[in-house]
Amino acid sequence: MTTDPPFDEMLTGPDTVRDPYAAYHDWFREDDLKRLLRKSRDAEAFFRRIGITFNVYGQEDADERLIPFDIVPRIISGREWARLERGIEQRVRAINAFLHDIYHRQEILRAGRIPREIIAGNESFTPEMIGADPPGGVYTHICGVDLVRTGPDEFFVLEDNVRTPSGVSYMLENRETMLQMFPELFTRMKVRPVSSYPQLLRRSLSDCAPAESPNVKPVIAVLTPGIHNSAYFEHAFLADQMGAELVESHDLRIEDGRVAMRTTQGYQPIDVLYRRVDDAYLDPLTFNPESLLGVPGIMDVYHAGNITLANAPGTGIADDKALYSYMPDIIEFYTGEQAILKNVPTWRCSEADSLAYVLEHLDELVVKEVHGSGGYGMLVGPAASKRELAAFEKKLRARPANYIAQPTLALSTVPILTKAGLAPRHVDLRPFVLVSPNRIDITPGGLTRVALKKGSLVVNSSQGGGTKDTWVLGD
Amino acid sequence: MMLGKTAGGLFWMFRYLERAENTARLLEAGWRMALTQSSHGSNEWQSIMTTAGMNLAYEAKYDAYTAGHVINFLLRDSDNPSSVMATIAQARSNARGVRTALSSEVWEATNECWMTLQEELARPVSERNLHNVLATIRYRTSVVRGALHGTMLRNDIFSFANLGTFIERADNTARILDVKYYLLLPSAAFVGTRIDNAQWEVILRSVSAERSFRWLHAGETTPLGIAEFLILDPRMPRSLAFCYEEIGENLAQLEQEYGTRQTSQPQSDYMCACLRDRTIDMIFQDGLHEFLRDFISGTNHLSELIEQDFRFYE
Repeated sequence: MTTDPPFDEMLTGPDTVRDPYAAYHDWFREDDLKRLLRKSRDAEAFFRRIGITFNVYGQEDADERLIPFDIVPRIISGREWARLERGIEQRVRAINAFLHDIYHRQEILRAGRIPREIIAGNESFTPEMIGADPPGGVYTHICGVDLVRTGPDEFFVLEDNVRTPSGVSYMLENRETMLQMFPELFTRMKVRPVSSYPQLLRRSLSDCAPAESPNVKPVIAVLTPGIHNSAYFEHAFLADQMGAELVESHDLRIEDGRVAMRTTQGYQPIDVLYRRVDDAYLDPLTFNPESLLGVPGIMDVYHAGNITLANAPGTGIADDKALYSYMPDIIEFYTGEQAILKNVPTWRCSEADSLAYVLEHLDELVVKEVHGSGGYGMLVGPAASKRELAAFEKKLRARPANYIAQPTLALSTVPILTKAGLAPRHVDLRPFVLVSPNRIDITPGGLTRVALKKGSLVVNSSQGGGTKDTWVLGD
Repeated sequence: MMLGKTAGGLFWMFRYLERAENTARLLEAGWRMALTQSSHGSNEWQSIMTTAGMNLAYEAKYDAYTAGHVINFLLRDSDNPSSVMATIAQARSNARGVRTALSSEVWEATNECWMTLQEELARPVSERNLHNVLATIRYRTSVVRGALHGTMLRNDIFSFANLGTFIERADNTARILDVKYYLLLPSAAFVGTRIDNAQWEVILRSVSAERSFRWLHAGETTPLGIAEFLILDPRMPRSLAFCYEEIGENLAQLEQEYGTRQTSQPQSDYMCACLRDRTIDMIFQDGLHEFLRDFISGTNHLSELIEQDFRFYE
């Protein structure tokens, strides 16, 4: 366990403010805490009114919840961002090359750079995608790369979300809220805008549309599991902002070899489906036969090249936690370069030596399920009780291959506003990346998630985390 | 062009909104009756519930019609799926479902309406608070309508919202008249006799027309006059004729936009003709009750045709 105080992105000492925060800190000191606390309450009312709420999994009847929003921005300098941007772009290129390879010739396996069994025995590997060619050659149209920071120049990639990453609506609405509440700050500081994301998303998806279509312009639709889904707000928001239709499975059918939506004037073919439905539910004829969220036969249309699915099915193999530790090799294999962004050191519990180490140091490590997400099924060693550790040890011994372990990183902190003034809290960062056949767009900033409980390292909204607006300065 | 589901979602969103307003209006009329007419009070509550179509649900829960029970049953009872709260929640849920079709002003107004009422109707409403609660309902739903008219494109989305509004309103006005029709019959109030002041007032108040009626009719209140006003007067925004004029116009708008004449249009034209080609005397001669019964089922049929024409469902 680390005993040094974690790196604070605003204050390196009681009175020493890091450069990117200098202008903000001056403004903050001039302002009145009471006014800021009132603004903070205004922000909550604003979020409720515009309905940026989410439903908690397994609590369908529960009230819609707000993700708490903290009004102190997280600020990144232009120079810091430029490096992150290069690292993210490199990583996303490598991931797309890897996906193409793994579903075609599997050169990386032939070269012995990653073990065969890690692909062959992996539920995220999708045999239905073998030999398939996504329109435009893009697999991961939308990625959300989770980064953590431990020092001025120490960034790590925690995970690559390349299935259906969420959170981008919070990035956009957080900025909207800050612009409304603190216009004066934006005149003092040059903050790079994020608002073009929906237009870029639309263009990026259009560029990946099938070559042949009965439509003059590509028709895009967002497929949502429905109004009760925890991210429904985001699905509606993105469809609205892009000027695309928001569809559910019962609005769709296959007609004349194309995916078509039921409109007031009959069925109209769709070219690009930005689906916010997991692979398993996409096509009951190919995947989970019980699925009511998908479209029977859509995979046939996909294989015929008549619909773009964003992201492509089978991308989960690239952000699988069992594969994560091989990312530096993957990047090197496909780009010929060293990874710009570091991986968090990872023990694969499937390997006997590693398992032994992990069991011995359980109280220092973070142990994650290989297929888990959203912070569920995860052990944070230093924060766990003796009993929790013992229970987890049992699970770990029973199915070691199901787990990976990482050191507990001293995540950087950024202050949040509390009744007593500024107080440091741990954060992570999810930048959003759009991939099209000829370009990669990374929105400056992304979603900063913050653990609101003092000392907590868990930033997931389902576990008491909040969000902050993220500013990349135009310096 | 839009999704059939979205068209249906909009249509019903505005039907629910209209229904919530009408229920609140009906409650206001009943309450006023109870205040001014103590002996007839409980009877009036019963007929209010019949008009709202909630008498059976109410009687399943309560033995007697009392102000306190009726007020809360109409506004917020969780056992009543047609309460104002439940209907507003439905409208808001529909709005969430069709968010991409709504301007942010319309969505926010709907969401705020729901949020405010959830708070106001969280606890039982006492008679002392009733006036304020009703005013809030009226104000909040007006903001939604204002946002609709002030910020929405005049395209198919707007037409479906209007169709929902006017079909619900036509149905509602017809039901109010039908529950009270016996009061308007010449046999009950033979020529030259004025019907009970309080009774006609409840009819007019439940469609927010007491003042406009007095202005137009210079205080002369006859059964024929009221019936004519609510059925045939195209100036009166809650009359059957007015609603059907709007329905016809919105269907014509959709015909123009889509380039297709729909099966709902002949039905709408037929209903329009029924209103246009008749005088109030003819309606009374043929039987007011029969007329209203046919009108309600004809409107219902039209709603079904619209649903099919525009593929609301699979």
